[in-house]
Parts: sequence; structure tokens; C-alpha cells
Amino acid sequence: MNVTRGFTGRPRVHHPGLPPGQYDAGDDWPVLSAEVTPDLAPADWTFRVDGLVERPHTWDWDEAHALPETAYEGDIHCVTSWSKFGVRFGGVSLDAFFHVVRPHVSATHAVAYSHTGYTTNLPLSDLTGGRAWIAFTYEGEPLAPEHGGPARLLVPHLYFWKSAKWIAGIRLLDHDEPGFWEQNGYHARGNPWEEQRYSGD
Amino acid sequence: MTDTFTPLTRFAVPGRIAVSHRAAAEWQTATLTEVRRETPHASTFRFAVPAWAGHLPGQHLMLRLTAEDGYTAQRHYSIASAPDDAGHIELTLDHVEGGEVSGWFHTVAKPGDEVEVRGPLSGFFAWPGDRPALLIGAGSGVVPLMSMVRHHRARGLDVPLRLLVSARSPEELIYAREFGAETTPVFTRSAPEGVAVGRMAAAHVAPLLAEPPPGGWEAYVCGSNAFAEHASRLLVAAGQPVERIRIERFG
Repeated sequence: MNVTRGFTGRPRVHHPGLPPGQYDAGDDWPVLSAEVTPDLAPADWTFRVDGLVERPHTWDWDEAHALPETAYEGDIHCVTSWSKFGVRFGGVSLDAFFHVVRPHVSATHAVAYSHTGYTTNLPLSDLTGGRAWIAFTYEGEPLAPEHGGPARLLVPHLYFWKSAKWIAGIRLLDHDEPGFWEQNGYHARGNPWEEQRYSGD
Repeated sequence: MTDTFTPLTRFAVPGRIAVSHRAAAEWQTATLTEVRRETPHASTFRFAVPAWAGHLPGQHLMLRLTAEDGYTAQRHYSIASAPDDAGHIELTLDHVEGGEVSGWFHTVAKPGDEVEVRGPLSGFFAWPGDRPALLIGAGSGVVPLMSMVRHHRARGLDVPLRLLVSARSPEELIYAREFGAETTPVFTRSAPEGVAVGRMAAAHVAPLLAEPPPGGWEAYVCGSNAFAEHASRLLVAAGQPVERIRIERFG
């Protein structure tokens, strides 16, 4: 351990929900997208699931909202070290979308992509079992454009760059394909509890 | 059936360079060698990092401080210095109100102190000096852009480079003494006699895009989220293609 002379840091707050190397951002919700925030109206938003599935499908805003609505209440963690506790997103579980398209047994991974062209890769198992959503609201309000509105992917058990803003689709694959940040040196999976920030962690 | 994914739209621009995974994975000791005051709220901290793998202008690193009880705080910081192969790097840090890391730097740190860094990180905001660069920053958002300006100057590059930088006042303008003809400062609260006061506007951006260099500009925007939103809208309105706007937001 390399102790920094004279560094004491913030008062220690024991929070079992805080992964290693993270701090509590409190009321802040930093925006870190690397691209121009798109001007995307709900009427222009679509979401497609295809690739290794029985029945590829594209949902529009109304069709997606006709699926059973669920909420996520919990924490989110950004690779830049902030975490945010007790947030509430409303949306639809990805399981409901997958139920329609029926993934092949050969599907093992996914690329999530945005209406901007942003991409991120995930193991399919991180998107199923009630652990991933298409989110439309935050704290009961429409999701703001800078936070990915009108709709973003939400995979809160992984670092938040996996939760693609302005989600346009998910393609199921039988192999892993690095996405935007993953090609730029970030970890393939991004589990905050194992501090998988960068490739090699 | 094997399917590969081809991104469907414009932003799917790759990083500018390949990233060294090894360098990013290892924590290294960085020894503070010099502190220079830039403005009332910002100082530059120079470090010796003997095994530094080198970086390109625009890249950042992760910095870690460790307390005696093992508590650590880590932050991403843009690198201010141009790559110089001398085993030194410089960071310019604002003194953030209540900031545990920037607070330590501004009130405790002195030459000889050791911290840990890993990097350089991310190839997306990097500028290898290979194409015309239009740089737009505000406040400490000028830091990674200054690495580009310094690189341009140090290497005597003739590829066009312009910097628009917004600051509250001349006293708050980081690197004010170093800027040359490539830079246009914009002052939002107070300005020298005869210089307009106001927000960065289309009038600053449009002329640069009306006569772009051959091949067009690669635009790099850095600052707060609010500034990045504003500046990127100005660029798009002036005709800059969205897939050639790279944004680094501080958060």
C-alpha cells in the first residue's frame, strides 16, 4: 500500500452498496457521453431485437409501452468512480422483448447499439433474468435527452457505460464483439464489484 | 450461423489510436516535482513518472490517493502536457469545493510527494496531429486541448489547429500566457477593455466552419456537460458533421 502523505479523504461512510474504488455522488448525476446528444422524439424512437432470434422484431414507442411496465429501484455505478444510490427507473424488462423474439440457444452475447451509433457488448446472461430494462422514466419523469431519453438500456449491475443511451437495438450473437468503449481500452464485462474498469483488470 | 455487427450510423467512429492495455492496467508511482499557479483556482502539477508509456494529446489517466487506513480516492484527469518522452507529465487541476482529491493537491501536496497513476486511457479523444483540429473548451476543459496546442507547437506541425476557449474573466483563463494566434478567448463575465463579454456563440464558430481546411475539421469539445451541450449544438448548427465531433464531459 502506497500511503499518500497527508491524505485523509472524506469521512468514512460504511455503505455495503458501494463497490470498491467508488464514491457516493449524492444528488449529482454526471453526464459523460462522448457524442452529440441527439434530437430524438419519442415518435421517432424505435427499438429492434435481431440476430440469433426466431422472430426479429422492431417496436415503436407505443408498442414498447404496451408491454408490462416494471421499475428498477436501486443503485448505479459509473466507471469514472461515482455511484448513485436509490434511483428509480421505469420501463420494460428486456425479458419481455426477448419473449417475443425468442433467442436461439446458440446466442451467447449481444451488441447493444444507439440511435447515435454508439455500441456496447454484453454477455446475453447479463441481459436476462430481470436484470436489464429499456428505461423510459427517471424518478417518475421522462428520461432527459442528455441521460439517454427518450429511452436507454439499463443494466445496473454493470458499469453504466453498458447502459447504452438512446437505445436503438440489440443484436444477439454467438461470440463477443467489443463495443465503442471496449475498443477504446475498457473492460469487456465491466462488473463494478470486481473493479473491471479497463481491459486487463 | 455467425453474424457480425456493423453499426448503422455515423457516430460509430473508432478511437484515433490503438490503446495500450498493459499501460492502462498497471498503477505506477508518480512523484510531484513542481507546482505552478495558473489562476486563483487552478494550478499545474508536474510529475516524474519514469516508466510512463507515453501518451497522445487529449488522453487522460486515473490518479489514486491512499490514506493511512487504506481508504483510496481515484479520479480521471486529462493530461495537460504534450508527449515529450522525458518521463514527465503535467496535470492542471481546479480546486473543487469540497473535493477530496483536488483539495489535497491544492492544500497539502508539495514536491517530493508520491501518488499513483494508471494510463494513458482511452483513444477516443486523442489527437495524433494528423488532421486539422478545431478545439473548443471552457474552464478547465481547456486542459486536454492545451496538450494538443503544445504538441502542435513542439513538433512544428503545419496541419491547421484553432482553439476557442471560454473563461469567466482574463484572470480565470488557464494558460493565458501561452496562447498564440491559434487561440480566441471568449470571456463570459468580464473582459479586457474593448473585448466583448458574453457566451460563446455562432459568431465564434461559424467563420471557422465557413472556410474549413481541406478534409474538414476534427472537432474536440471539452468542459462541463452544459458547455459541451451548448458548444456541440453550435458546431452542428454551423455544419460540422456529428460524427466528427468528439466530446469529453467533466463529471
